[in-house]
Amino acid sequence: MAKQIEVAGLDAYYGSHKAIEGISMTIEPRSVTAFIGPSGCGKSTFLRTLNRMHEVIPGARVEGKVRLEDQDLYGPEIDPVSVRRTIGMVFQRPNPFPTMSIYDNVAAGLRLNGRVSRSQLDGIVEDSLKGANLWNEVKDRLARPGAGLSGGQQQRLCIARAIAVRPQVLLMDEPCSALDPISTLAIEDLISKLKQDYTIVIVTHNMQQAARVSDRTAFFNLAAQGQPGKLVEMDETSKIFTNPAEKATEDYITGRFG
Amino acid sequence: MTVQTGIQPISATRRAKDRLVQALVYLAFALAVIPLVSVLWLVVKNGAGRFDMEFFTHSMRNIGARDAGGGAYHAIIGTLEQVLLASLIAVPIGLLTAVYLVEYGEGGRLSRIISFFVDVMTGVPSVVSGLFVLAFWILVLGMSFSGFAGALALSILMMPVVVRATEEMLRLVPRELREASYALGVPKWRTIVKVVLPTALPGIVTGVMLAVARVAGETAPLLLTVFVTDSINNDPFNGPQMGLPLYVFNQTILPTDVAVDRAWTGALTLILIVMLLNLVARLITWWRSPARRR
Ligand SMILES: Nc1ncnc2c1ncn2[C@@H]1O[C@H](COP(=O)(O)OP(=O)(O)OP(=O)(O)O)[C@@H](O)[C@H]1O
Ligand SMILES: [Mg+2]
Repeated sequence: MAKQIEVAGLDAYYGSHKAIEGISMTIEPRSVTAFIGPSGCGKSTFLRTLNRMHEVIPGARVEGKVRLEDQDLYGPEIDPVSVRRTIGMVFQRPNPFPTMSIYDNVAAGLRLNGRVSRSQLDGIVEDSLKGANLWNEVKDRLARPGAGLSGGQQQRLCIARAIAVRPQVLLMDEPCSALDPISTLAIEDLISKLKQDYTIVIVTHNMQQAARVSDRTAFFNLAAQGQPGKLVEMDETSKIFTNPAEKATEDYITGRFG
Repeated sequence: MTVQTGIQPISATRRAKDRLVQALVYLAFALAVIPLVSVLWLVVKNGAGRFDMEFFTHSMRNIGARDAGGGAYHAIIGTLEQVLLASLIAVPIGLLTAVYLVEYGEGGRLSRIISFFVDVMTGVPSVVSGLFVLAFWILVLGMSFSGFAGALALSILMMPVVVRATEEMLRLVPRELREASYALGVPKWRTIVKVVLPTALPGIVTGVMLAVARVAGETAPLLLTVFVTDSINNDPFNGPQMGLPLYVFNQTILPTDVAVDRAWTGALTLILIVMLLNLVARLITWWRSPARRR
């Protein structure tokens, strides 16, 4: 189910502004890869190029290659909709559909994509909510609105929604930045559990979190304000945090800037 | 003046200003409500006299200006049919236009042109829309006066209101919701149908109801397109019909008290119909919303 992602020479633009430049990396399957770096260095932008969400912003475009195993995601015959179905995403701010109940939120991806029988759907919704560590909290109120949950619960609902469509890769953009320590812990546990089945990429500003949950870490930086962001280095998380190859990485991790 | 620092009690002048502004706001509210309440009260008081069974079951056929009795059945039927037909024309076109402008136009040339013409249409006086239908539909194409011709004129008035209201509501739907849906691998059109439109629905319904309320009271375009009749005509596609605004107008210009009483009741009925439609629309949106289960 989980697949490897390979990126080569990737640039991303917002209109004429180049936000990231020349990024190449390999993201291993069944592992957690963390992106760290100072604000504005293009972590979110890069993450969004991995499932072709970047181009939904008017004027935004991408150059370079992203391959999922043997498929070129930016190939001319590739349907971006199917890419997003294969590579799911969880956003920084929880964004459940306000018009839908908890159940419908989780079922949304399947329902909106075609016909699934009700009994099948019940099973998938339960599995996904259990997978997101939310089942016990909401099993008695599945028909209530998803927007009525707490922030942490909403974020786990969004994770359940993302895994309900059975993606092969899960991208998470600062999924814990708006959450309390307990919800954060719940989501970190969840990430460790999910990596058995998925390829997971997580953007985080929390060094401890990166150290705790990830197997590999990529450090991004930008030379100066207004310059495009670049990948500085990527390695085993333990190596990045104990013995990084680059001075900039060490400075960032030890809190000397950023 | 010395600059004071630290936490202090609210100063007396700020308290006074607060009171003054509060009083002004209440006053403005009262001033705005006075005409509304007085109109309602007047219409209810004067309209209650003829608010009887006969009024809702009879037409004005064979009832002279001096005769008591008679009713507005034919006008009620006419108004309901004309407004329904006008909505059937204007709401889909208006909705689709707004969806195009917000979701697909992206500030391009075509969307700016459409936007400009919607603005122009907003400014069209109602009598002009009636004249247009009269000239084009009835005189050039040779169609007869009919409820449908009236509905055409009304739909011209409704369309820009629906477009603008829907546009505004669609723009209020946050980007994140659309992105959440795209990220699940949902195509754009399904995202619009299943996520964007339902989220904006209550606002769109309000906009449509405002448009309905606006055209339900239009007299001039009807005068030129549905003509006038005292008899019941259930078929909106053939022959002259009546409408409540026309009925009110027709009865007020008669010099007798019985006629004027009928006009008041006609006006009251019109208000009630608009209110009832509003209520039904709101019930439907409420029924569909998850808030019901909260
Ligand atoms: N929608 C947008 N339109 C134009 N420019 C954008 C847009 N989003 C981001 N940018 C620019 O792209 C660059 C990278 O932004 P990005 O959001 O990817 O940074 P980030 O590393 O995720 O930062 P943070 O850690 O604060 O989330 C920034 O210079 C930003 O100003
Ligand atoms: Mg970001």
